[in-house]
Amino acid sequence: MLAYIVRRLLYAIPILIGVNLITFALFFIVNTPDDMARMQLGIKRVTPEAIEKWKEARGYDKPLFVNSAAGGLSTVTETIFFEKSVRMFAGDFGRAEDGRDIAREIGTRMGPSLAIALPTFILGLFVTVSLALTLAFFRATAFDFWGVVICVAAMSISGLFYIIGGQYLIAKVWKLVPISGFGEGLDAWRFLILPVCIGVVAGIGSSTRWYRTIFLEEVSKDYVRTARAKGLPETLVFFRHILRNALIPILTGVVVVIPTLFMGSLLTESFFGIPGLGSYTIDAIQAQDFAVVRSMVFIGSVLYIVGLILTDISYTLVDPRIRFS
Amino acid sequence: MNGFQIVVLWSDVLVWLLLASGIGVGVLIARSPPLLAAWRRVGASRAGMASATVLLAFLGIGLLDSLHYRVALDGKPGEKTQYAIEVLSLLDALVGPLRTENEKTYSAPFATHLYAKETIERPGQGTLREFPRLRFGGSHLAEPAAAPADIAATAAGAAALAVLGWLALVVLVANRRENPGDPTVDRQNWPKIGWSRLWRGETVFAWNAVLLTLLLILLTLLPLFALAGDYHVFGTDKVGQDVLYQILKSVRTALIIGLVTTLVMLPVAVLLGIVAGYFRGWVDDLIQYLYTVLNSIPGVLLIAAAVLMMQVVIDTHPQWFATAAERADLRLLALCFILGITSWTGLCRLLRGETLKLRELEYIQAAQAFGVSSWRIILRHILPNLMHIVIIALVMDFSGLVLAEAVLSYVGIGVDPTMTSFGTMINNARMELGREPVVWWSLAAAFAAMFILVLAANLFADAVRDAFDPRAA
Repeated sequence: MLAYIVRRLLYAIPILIGVNLITFALFFIVNTPDDMARMQLGIKRVTPEAIEKWKEARGYDKPLFVNSAAGGLSTVTETIFFEKSVRMFAGDFGRAEDGRDIAREIGTRMGPSLAIALPTFILGLFVTVSLALTLAFFRATAFDFWGVVICVAAMSISGLFYIIGGQYLIAKVWKLVPISGFGEGLDAWRFLILPVCIGVVAGIGSSTRWYRTIFLEEVSKDYVRTARAKGLPETLVFFRHILRNALIPILTGVVVVIPTLFMGSLLTESFFGIPGLGSYTIDAIQAQDFAVVRSMVFIGSVLYIVGLILTDISYTLVDPRIRFS
Repeated sequence: MNGFQIVVLWSDVLVWLLLASGIGVGVLIARSPPLLAAWRRVGASRAGMASATVLLAFLGIGLLDSLHYRVALDGKPGEKTQYAIEVLSLLDALVGPLRTENEKTYSAPFATHLYAKETIERPGQGTLREFPRLRFGGSHLAEPAAAPADIAATAAGAAALAVLGWLALVVLVANRRENPGDPTVDRQNWPKIGWSRLWRGETVFAWNAVLLTLLLILLTLLPLFALAGDYHVFGTDKVGQDVLYQILKSVRTALIIGLVTTLVMLPVAVLLGIVAGYFRGWVDDLIQYLYTVLNSIPGVLLIAAAVLMMQVVIDTHPQWFATAAERADLRLLALCFILGITSWTGLCRLLRGETLKLRELEYIQAAQAFGVSSWRIILRHILPNLMHIVIIALVMDFSGLVLAEAVLSYVGIGVDPTMTSFGTMINNARMELGREPVVWWSLAAAFAAMFILVLAANLFADAVRDAFDPRAA
């Protein structure tokens, strides 16, 4: 088992290097730091001196890969590639445009992001799996038909509609909860309940339909017929046999998401004014803060790869047919 | 009549190319019996055909909006003709008044008065604060109170016209001879479809669903356009532009995002997927590495990073673009390209897996034993057997991409802010629900139009998947 995990971890290293190279190419080769400086400074204030100053303040004035002037080991380390890309592996993301340390900012913003994302994830999974199981139980009836119709309609509605509509109706018209904001400690639930509910409702359509197909695939398998032939009641067949077996394909899509929950949701956080990583990213995109966007791309990829490894490990734990090989 | 200059935007080229290749694929399908049979199954599905009718209506609007030109400006004779900086399309010419009849600011649907009070000087009464009449909405009426009756009369007239036109269509269809595509049936004795079979839905092709949808479309569109000349049917937005006009213009953007993106990623996904599955070995390792790396970067962030970088390129090279429309157009295409890069991995993985299975089958082994070259095997034996996966992926991706456009434009990494799209409409209207009284019509119209488009696309995709997926049969 341990050897398997170590091998999976080793496999992640070339992928991370690849991600790092792609972001580097995107941010420093497609555009030179001069272009970025012009963009940030605006048309009016662009002078060669201003560009030089902007680049120097951010350490973009060094050569890309080889600094032959520095000599010794510094030929490699005193470059943009080393300082901006390689040091990300050590968790050093540099500073944002406002001068704050990005790594520290990420640390403090992870909490609020998780406070929204984790309840949404758990509650959403519970609701959609139960709904899908109900639909599969009443398969080929009018209830199932209209359930699927509602699911298709629900997944055709833009995610923005759920957020804008929900916020307007519940927070503005009915005044049940504050419109936006975030509180510390136990008081935070008043701010969290609406975004979590909206997140769950918005995901119902597509997830329920997807899980229903998985359940229906299991229903037609031989072991289910055997179970029925033994005389087991239908509820027992569903909960003891179908549900447990269907969890394996469900696991594929679910476990990989868990680490990325840290990243938060861009839309929900910006609409509800939650100081998490999602709104941090959105602010950075809108302010064209390249350093922050670059860091978020890297962290997102790391978390996704962790999710892939977790998925593989959870497979081997749940499904005895899969060996550690 | 002024002269005009035809403007060919890059996205126009792609749209018409797409249409041409669609027709080409149609001809190929007609020659391949299994694919034709699958499309017949789609044709028999009521939900599939009803949604296809709706999609065709959207497609018609999008195509009309893809023929662009610039009007010549009045100049002295003998001088070189100058052309307006504004790029118009055939759709703009057709809906003329919708584009030009702008109010001062917000007005509700069918309103005759502005949304906000203004100070007005009245001779003899001094200054008053009241809602001024609209410049165009209901301006043909002497008395605004007559508006409801006028609206009802116009709508009823247009609806009657719609029903008449529809009935003519039904007569045409009912008199058609049912074509089962069966050569054994005597050509002379092909039965007419007839009213009763049409009514009971006994035709091979789902004519009743198509006709019913057409009736609904006609009943909505004809009164809408009859009224749109005199009123702002969906109201006006903050700068007084007609919301219906914006909706019509958004359709093209949504279609391009949904279709061109898939077109961009399709060749890459198909080629790499098949090559990885067929040749295995280091080619497979390399391609797998490539898509794992791309896949592990969260989609939105990769798009954000790429769009930010592209914006820098566009901003630093203003000399490339003659008009703002061309700049917006390039940004739209770049967005399609970026979305394509982030979305080809799923299809590629599917095709690789399927090719791995196919290459072990006996007929391929036999072809290899006969010494048929690898590329010929791929082209003749593997690709045709993967077509159903490609077609399903193509229709399934469309609705997701349309929805994604709205979110990306909202975040500020979507289409150019000057380009009308559902996303920019929602983005511009984001604060309107906070106003007092509430301005709901822009948001409602954008969400409703998007919902109809995406729902139709989803239903059509389901019908296609049911017809093509061998597992579903």
